[in-house]
Amino acid sequence: MDLHFGDSKPTDEERAAVDALLGPPESSWEGADRDEMRAADLRWARGGREARDRRDLLLPGLHAINDRIGWISEGALDYLCRRLTVPPAEAYGVATFYAMFSVRPRPATVLHVCTDLACAAAGASELCAAVEQRTGPGIRVERSPCLGLCERAPAALAIRAGDPVRTAVSAPATAEAAVLAASAPDSAPEEPPAALAVPQAGSPELTLLRRVGVVDPESLDDYRAHGGYAALRRAFVLGPAAVIREVTDSGLVGRGGAAFPTGRKWQATAAQPDRPHYLVCNADESEPGTFKDRVIMEGDPYALIEAMTVAGYATGAHRGYLYLRGEYPRALRLLENAIGQARARGLLGDDVLGQGYAFDIEIRRGAGAYICGEETALFNSIEGYRGEPRSKPPFPVEKGLFGRPTAENNVETLVNVLPILTMGAQAYAAIGTGGSTGPKLFCVSGSVERPGIYELPFGATLGELLELAGVRDGLRAVLLGGAAGGFVRPDELGIPLTFEGTREAGTTLGSGVVMAFDDTVALPRLLLRIAEFFRDESCGQCVPCRVGTVRQEEALHRIVERTGAAAADDIALLREVGRAMRDASICGLGQTAWNAVESAIDRLGAYE
Amino acid sequence: MTMTPLGIPRRLLECTVDGEPVRAPEGATVLDACRSAGKDIPTLCQGDTLRPKNACRVCMVEVEGARTLVPACSREVEPGMEVRTDTERARHSRRLVLELLASSVDLSTTPRAAEWIEDYGAEPDRFGPDAARLGEEPRIDNELYVRDYDKCILCYKCVDACGDQWQNSFAISVVGRGFDARIAVEHDGPLTDSACVYCGNCIEVCPTGALSFKSEFDMRAAGTWDESQQTETTTVCAYCGVGCNLTLHVQDNEIVKVTSPHDNPVTHGNLCIKGRFGYQHVQNRD
Repeated sequence: MDLHFGDSKPTDEERAAVDALLGPPESSWEGADRDEMRAADLRWARGGREARDRRDLLLPGLHAINDRIGWISEGALDYLCRRLTVPPAEAYGVATFYAMFSVRPRPATVLHVCTDLACAAAGASELCAAVEQRTGPGIRVERSPCLGLCERAPAALAIRAGDPVRTAVSAPATAEAAVLAASAPDSAPEEPPAALAVPQAGSPELTLLRRVGVVDPESLDDYRAHGGYAALRRAFVLGPAAVIREVTDSGLVGRGGAAFPTGRKWQATAAQPDRPHYLVCNADESEPGTFKDRVIMEGDPYALIEAMTVAGYATGAHRGYLYLRGEYPRALRLLENAIGQARARGLLGDDVLGQGYAFDIEIRRGAGAYICGEETALFNSIEGYRGEPRSKPPFPVEKGLFGRPTAENNVETLVNVLPILTMGAQAYAAIGTGGSTGPKLFCVSGSVERPGIYELPFGATLGELLELAGVRDGLRAVLLGGAAGGFVRPDELGIPLTFEGTREAGTTLGSGVVMAFDDTVALPRLLLRIAEFFRDESCGQCVPCRVGTVRQEEALHRIVERTGAAAADDIALLREVGRAMRDASICGLGQTAWNAVESAIDRLGAYE
Repeated sequence: MTMTPLGIPRRLLECTVDGEPVRAPEGATVLDACRSAGKDIPTLCQGDTLRPKNACRVCMVEVEGARTLVPACSREVEPGMEVRTDTERARHSRRLVLELLASSVDLSTTPRAAEWIEDYGAEPDRFGPDAARLGEEPRIDNELYVRDYDKCILCYKCVDACGDQWQNSFAISVVGRGFDARIAVEHDGPLTDSACVYCGNCIEVCPTGALSFKSEFDMRAAGTWDESQQTETTTVCAYCGVGCNLTLHVQDNEIVKVTSPHDNPVTHGNLCIKGRFGYQHVQNRD
């Protein structure tokens, strides 16, 4: 590869940011100063394949620059490319893919104000206007898709570039508090503990959430004192094949939305002769209305570390990647701490628990792209490519991360493995219904008195869940499964919250979102926001999604104030586009982008 | 003479296309099978010299048992596969994709686009006069070729040809995302500041004319481009000893562009800057 670099040079600060991640350059071949060219440089061409094999450090490298400076200049990008032997055009394509990066100069402080569903219903647009009036040129206000703080809507996240980067969350946000978080992130009031997002916290009936609010999320000892690492010990006693059998017998299916049997996925990965195997934890929870994974990671981070270790052991992986969305600074800090502690105590590393099994976990931060929650887009993102989904087949169990057999599971799915091992597959399968076993987390937000994460055995009805959360009067609609899910009517609250029950009712459980909207919410505006979300988050790779999401948003704009016959033409158009998107898009984003709007038209009569 | 290399014999798999039994070699795509059965399936991003990208989604077919439609260009044939190419569902999807494309970009120089739009009854205008379009101005920053991204359907073929599939220059990439995604060089600068080596292999694979010879672009602008008046002569490049085939496109006794046969086992349609663009001296008549 003959790389071409322009004349732009990095500033000392930019160079330092990259070197802090990669170490100083060893020779001028990979970016050391030409004036200091050493004799060896003239004889050895370093870089090349060795550096190119570290392509997966591109995303961390872009973060390093963006975190330090606030944006990514030509000189900084070229220097990073030189260090990693990545063509600048490709790196530029990657940098411009993510919403949290900028390749144009901008202020060091960016205040992301969430304008997504729950926050929009709680007055996000007024908040944005008020914040913009109060901020000067030193702070950039950006309208953000869901920040995963729906239980405390409206929410804002301030990020100030520097060394180190500073972040502050304001939720529920007032204009004053949000501006304070942006102008003085260090002295902004601390976030409430994660347990406040769990109204049932401390209840003995909880399984998945039983430690949230009970243990100190910073303390490994406290985690162990509350039953931590019992599951891993049992896994070592059973051996990998029997662990997979337990998981299969438990009936656990993926909780990220696709509901694929976890045991089957693990078995298929473990059986691949190709090595190495990888384990990937999908913590890129970006579905609007979803915040359960954040609460687990913030309230019980060691549980995820332990569950990943069990999953790695069962599938024959020695390396796990934890892909965490970039908008979760507190989860990042707690997980980094947990991984460090676990490593120091021999619970990660070359010889986990003295059992001769080597496993370690690396955290990778996303940078603002909903599509990276799609499993193959996530692989591309980790590998340092644009987060575009791959076409399947081949499936990840065969060719996943770095082209190797990979098991990818969502946070909630993994955490379920712990009770499966401690209580046994049969006892676990006895929870819930025949078709949907175990406990399930629901993210309840919107027009309810006690928004938050609820844990219920599968089989409770939507009405029972809303009752628990204190649904307010005048309920107009409930969005199930997030923006990719569907709306149901207030007279459908008898729907059982199971995979089979929601399927029978013509809707989906998705990622466990239950968002209630009362009659003060303007439905057409809400649908427009959903359409806008998908248009923003489409990766742009395939035509049905790239152009279809735009055409749908345009049609919804046209009918935002119209109903009945006046809207009929555009609704017909929406249906035709939606059908082609569902049939012909490469991945789930395009295939489901029209679900919620369609259900609002058909079930709620949104434009009648 | 063009030689067709013979590979190792491959097992033949049996499948059906629109109910008719078809035998296709192992590793063949559904598109191969359909074409061997005489089906005319539209394709845009599929390239005969490139790995399928399946980004344009105009070749979608129905496969028994699949939840969604399947891109014929990239899905491999499996034994017993039942493929249906002309169902209402597949036709709907193709019609919509053609409408979405034609409403957002200029397909006037895309071979067969007009024919397909008619065949499938596509009406790109029904999205209204305010439908978002790319609306890009042609980028003319060098004397060899023009990038007219208003015609770009983002098929990724130029990216693949410039990258690890052929040229290894990696000068082109997709930047931005969603509807704002575009083809660009590093830092979105002019071509002359980029890693481009002007091999023109991206022009060779471009299915829409978004990338074209400056000569062709200028003649089209002047209204003098007339393919019916052109002759094509394949010869051997005289610049070096590799022996690449050149196809000279000649109009009014002037070479107007140079391509290379895709089935040539040496070049597979690829050339270097000299072979592709270095033809002026041939017609220097002073």
